[in-house]
Amino acid sequence: MQLLMALFAGLVFGLGLIVSGMTDPSKITGFLDLAGAWDPSLAFVMGGAIGVGLITFRFARTRSQAMLGGPMPLPAARQIDRRLVLGGLTFGVGWGLAGYCPGPALASLATGGSKPLIFTVAMLVGMAIFEIQDRLSQSPAKKSA
Amino acid sequence: MIDWAHFTPWTSLAGGLLIGTAAAMFLLLNGRIAGISGILGGLLRPTAGDIGWRVAFILGLVAAPLLYQMAAPLPAVQINAGTALLVVAGLLVGIGTRYGSGCTSGHGVCGLSRLSPRSMVATAAFMVAGFVTVFVVRHLIN
Repeated sequence: MQLLMALFAGLVFGLGLIVSGMTDPSKITGFLDLAGAWDPSLAFVMGGAIGVGLITFRFARTRSQAMLGGPMPLPAARQIDRRLVLGGLTFGVGWGLAGYCPGPALASLATGGSKPLIFTVAMLVGMAIFEIQDRLSQSPAKKSA
Repeated sequence: MIDWAHFTPWTSLAGGLLIGTAAAMFLLLNGRIAGISGILGGLLRPTAGDIGWRVAFILGLVAAPLLYQMAAPLPAVQINAGTALLVVAGLLVGIGTRYGSGCTSGHGVCGLSRLSPRSMVATAAFMVAGFVTVFVVRHLIN
């Protein structure tokens, strides 16, 4: 049941990305181009998603268990460190260069031809580089936000 | 100035609500944060019992356009980046999202929704970097 729900959640998430227009990299770069012809659409995507999210997380705080079992993941406040900021900045440069972030790239893989595939393979290589570097430096990575 | 020809407030808002709903289901039912880079990156550090849900979620995400296509033609997309740029961008996104512990979904949607100071800082960082990058590429280089 958990796997089925995970599949369904991924499916709905992907449909949301397509409906919102976020699988089109030119809409992302259009949003990031403040000095040019600015497309504010992405702000509406974030607004809609965060609107639902604010209610959800408020409700989630009142529960200690997920409905299908397992603990509710509510990470405690943690340090704002160099790693967080530099990681965010690095991601932002890549995001601005191609107009892809991880979700839309995956939601474009099956139908988008070679470009999202090239991006996704490079992204996985980047993630692997992080894993190798992280293991060598022996500082255990923090769990994802 | 606003690019009215490409601005899609209503479909973008509707898509955002769908994304929020998916993240809500995943949190309340499965007890998981819908952060794509974390879900994907965790597969490169496999631990027992922690693989199935990641694969299932990603399969759903990948299958979404196939399902969409059954109902309506997929929206047209325009990818300006060539192969070399896609490779560089992919590497930066892969490395950056893992070091920064999240991307647009994990920090931008889920993190901001739970008012996490870490996620606010991370989101500000990748937004600013994105704004600057596009400014440099479009208005200084080209």
